[in-house]
Amino acid sequence: MKIAEDQPSGLSALDRPNSYIGRSVPRPNLARLTQGRGQYVSDVVLPRMTHAAFLRSPHAHAHIKAIDTAAAKKAPGVVAVVAGAELAKVITPWVGVLTHLKGIKSAPQHAIAVDRACWQGEAVCAVVAKSRALAEDACALIEVAYEVLPAVTDPETALDKATPVIHPALGDNLTFERALTAGDPDKAFAESDAIAEATFMFGRHTGVTNEPRAIVADWNPGEERLTVYQGTQAPHMMQNLFAKHLELEEHQVRVITKDVGGSFGIKVHTYADEMATVALAKLLSRPVKFVADRFESFVSDIHARDHRVKGKIGVKKDGTITAFEIDDLTGIGPYSVYPRTSGIEANQVVNLVGGPYACPNYRARARVVFQNKNVMCQYRAVGHPIATAVTEGLVELAAAKIGMDPAGLRRRNLIADNAYPATAASGIKFEGLSHHASLDKILKMMDYQALRGEQAKARERGVHRGIGLASFVEVTNPSAAFYGVGGAKISAQDGATLRLDATGAVFVHSGVTEQGQGAESVLAQCVASSFGVNIERVRVITGDTDNTPYGGGTWASRAAGIGGEAAWQAGKALRGNVLAAAGAMLQADPKTLDIRAGIVVDADSGRERLPLEEIARVIYFRPDTLPPGFQAEFVVTRHYVPRAWPFAFTNGVQASYLEVDIRTGAVKLLRHWCVEDCGTVINPQLVDEQIRGGIVQGIGGALYEHCRYDENGQMLNANLMDYLVPMAGEMPDIDIGHVVTPTADSELGAKGAGEAGTCGAPACIMNALNDALRPLGAAPLVEMPFTPERVLRALGKV
Amino acid sequence: MTARSLDINIRVNGEDASARVEARKTLVDFLRDDLSLTGTHIGCEHGVCGACTVRLDGAVVRGCLVLAVQCDCSTVETIEGISDSGAIADLQLAFRERNALQCGYCTPGMLIGAQELLARGGVPSRDAIREHLSGNYCRCTGYQAIVDAIESVAQARAAI
Repeated sequence: MKIAEDQPSGLSALDRPNSYIGRSVPRPNLARLTQGRGQYVSDVVLPRMTHAAFLRSPHAHAHIKAIDTAAAKKAPGVVAVVAGAELAKVITPWVGVLTHLKGIKSAPQHAIAVDRACWQGEAVCAVVAKSRALAEDACALIEVAYEVLPAVTDPETALDKATPVIHPALGDNLTFERALTAGDPDKAFAESDAIAEATFMFGRHTGVTNEPRAIVADWNPGEERLTVYQGTQAPHMMQNLFAKHLELEEHQVRVITKDVGGSFGIKVHTYADEMATVALAKLLSRPVKFVADRFESFVSDIHARDHRVKGKIGVKKDGTITAFEIDDLTGIGPYSVYPRTSGIEANQVVNLVGGPYACPNYRARARVVFQNKNVMCQYRAVGHPIATAVTEGLVELAAAKIGMDPAGLRRRNLIADNAYPATAASGIKFEGLSHHASLDKILKMMDYQALRGEQAKARERGVHRGIGLASFVEVTNPSAAFYGVGGAKISAQDGATLRLDATGAVFVHSGVTEQGQGAESVLAQCVASSFGVNIERVRVITGDTDNTPYGGGTWASRAAGIGGEAAWQAGKALRGNVLAAAGAMLQADPKTLDIRAGIVVDADSGRERLPLEEIARVIYFRPDTLPPGFQAEFVVTRHYVPRAWPFAFTNGVQASYLEVDIRTGAVKLLRHWCVEDCGTVINPQLVDEQIRGGIVQGIGGALYEHCRYDENGQMLNANLMDYLVPMAGEMPDIDIGHVVTPTADSELGAKGAGEAGTCGAPACIMNALNDALRPLGAAPLVEMPFTPERVLRALGKV
Repeated sequence: MTARSLDINIRVNGEDASARVEARKTLVDFLRDDLSLTGTHIGCEHGVCGACTVRLDGAVVRGCLVLAVQCDCSTVETIEGISDSGAIADLQLAFRERNALQCGYCTPGMLIGAQELLARGGVPSRDAIREHLSGNYCRCTGYQAIVDAIESVAQARAAI
């Protein structure tokens, strides 16, 4: 077993004595999770708790003429049967738009459909009963009279005049459109020696969190407070939204997030059925629990990635890339998802295509259209897998066209490592990246030349292997530029409140949340290092809007870079306050003192003066012995928000080595590599595991995962038998390396690491596949997922 | 419409329980709802994801594919009991040291599956470990850390 070395890595300049920065410290949560002692929302049971089940529309688009609930109301154990109009008296509808996405529009969405269902799976009626099984029994007794309406399912024709408009008040089916031109793409294409074009298709897929979405809402009329246990990535955002739409004050709402069984962006949105659950609790004045089952997860958890991108690249004979051009079309379901909108993924595609390369000529158009399918919104690495696959797919097509090695073509065009700060053609700004160092490193790790030799030898034996690369940029540590400037009440800032307890241990209350990525461990490392205690003496509390600083939560790879910096700064502040107390007790200048491993020492010599326990004892229990006028402050709060850059871009490169069975079309993944630059690495093991997990999630999208719909808007494979996810047997071992370019925006210098794996994996799988099949005369594979059938079609065998 | 219920006697984690359960209730729902053994998780309820893995009369089964009434006069072991017994302490430690879990939702099932493989003795190949776990879905780790942890325990147990 390769257990990561737990030693200071020397990666960081933050070398305080007993620093935990750069060390693979095991996470404190893991022991109880391995013992079955987790507390997921699915596990929460409250007194008088009831269970909600939803009757969902079997039609993609239908007018609801009548709902007969009489029989359901009489069913055993039923507490209430509530349809959309009745619930709308308790909870107001919402519209998922943001002002910085100019022109984006959507229609009011209700917690339960009123008059009309707009996708197969939209809830049309709720049953609350004493058990989930009884609630489902009663659902089966509800009679709904539907008038089936035409379903808009194909984005290609969504804007045609002949296509019905899903929301007539909006005028058309266009949600959002963005066009961008930089430099002179027409001239650049005209001056190119070769042009490569392809139409890339991305299969709609979804997060499949192992624990489905889960919520328990408890309205207590005695104290006029709503307590919501929710598996969410953004508790304060949800607090705001529950209050707003139930017409409560924010302080009347408490959101508690315990263990979360996977999130990946799935659990950062407003779901109609979860809003309905909260409204039902308010209506009934007793706790209501809703846990999505797997079948309803598939038709109600957000989907993502359903994009069609026409791409074009120009290149000179010497390998210089002259221009990129894309046209992106994506269907996002009948509503833009609230509050982050469903325009962000296409917007990111426009921002990110061509991002790694020094190419000033770029034309892009993205159109986002409504359709009668389940909603799409932000999912791990939002837009990046698409932009990276388009960019890197085009780069390798261009390399093949001019007969240049794809690694060499990249080396010729990647932005030079000494050229920062730099601005991409799309306008996104890079503080400092390391594309060339990363490429050099991965080629060395994979022994690129030797691997090419091995590939050639295998081909002589009739074994067809491919090598694919993908360079990428990844947005992390977002400032208010992501959502706040558009009017969403989603905090860009995060905070940490530290409290020294009476035995010298430290409590950390943070606004970021833990869904398994290790945020709590990283926060503990930051505080233990900057304050000066052993990490066992640090206890982290997250996921409770009553008891943590107001913050954004965990998404867009922000927990470590933003929450970690706040914790780091809070640790320094608490150290200052404790040293002030120690100075008063020791009659010493606090500047001459430090805290190391829980003991106040002379900073110069390291001579031990007082343990924290003794200082805490005096401050809490014998303050009468302190000098007159001295007041210790052993609770401090510090906040952090990136200000110098709108985002901390990271970069990296991935490589895939795979084998294609040309008789069956099956793809076997042999090896996978990633070199990633997320700035300061706080915990190498956690960073590597984020990357590995992310890569496998990206491989899922490339090879297996696809929410398949028919032309009537019926999802055909809404179960785990027919929707394929990556399992252990098919996944490769993944080697990971790092280049470290810290951000100067924070003292820690950490950027995000949670999404880079997902960002680059589909692109390099695609490139490796095409590298394997190109000598066989196969048509380029550009439609994900790359199923055996599609591989055989590319080979002309079916 | 009244669901038919039956009386069962069942030994779970060494403790005897008698209960009247609906005939349609799955074992995993019975463990979680009636016995508060929430360490056994529900992921798909159709036998694919492995989150509800438990031992029934010594055999590893999916708790969502077995009815509670089928377990009358049977012995069930869940992660809580297996953990308390100390039998997988080395596996749990290896998972922790290798960060072989992130959200932890699949972990009880993974550990029970891994213990089944390791109980056969010897040091299975990495491919064999992957194959054995191919019915346990993990969305977080990408599986490599899990394979590493199990492999290290196999090696350590073989060395004793």
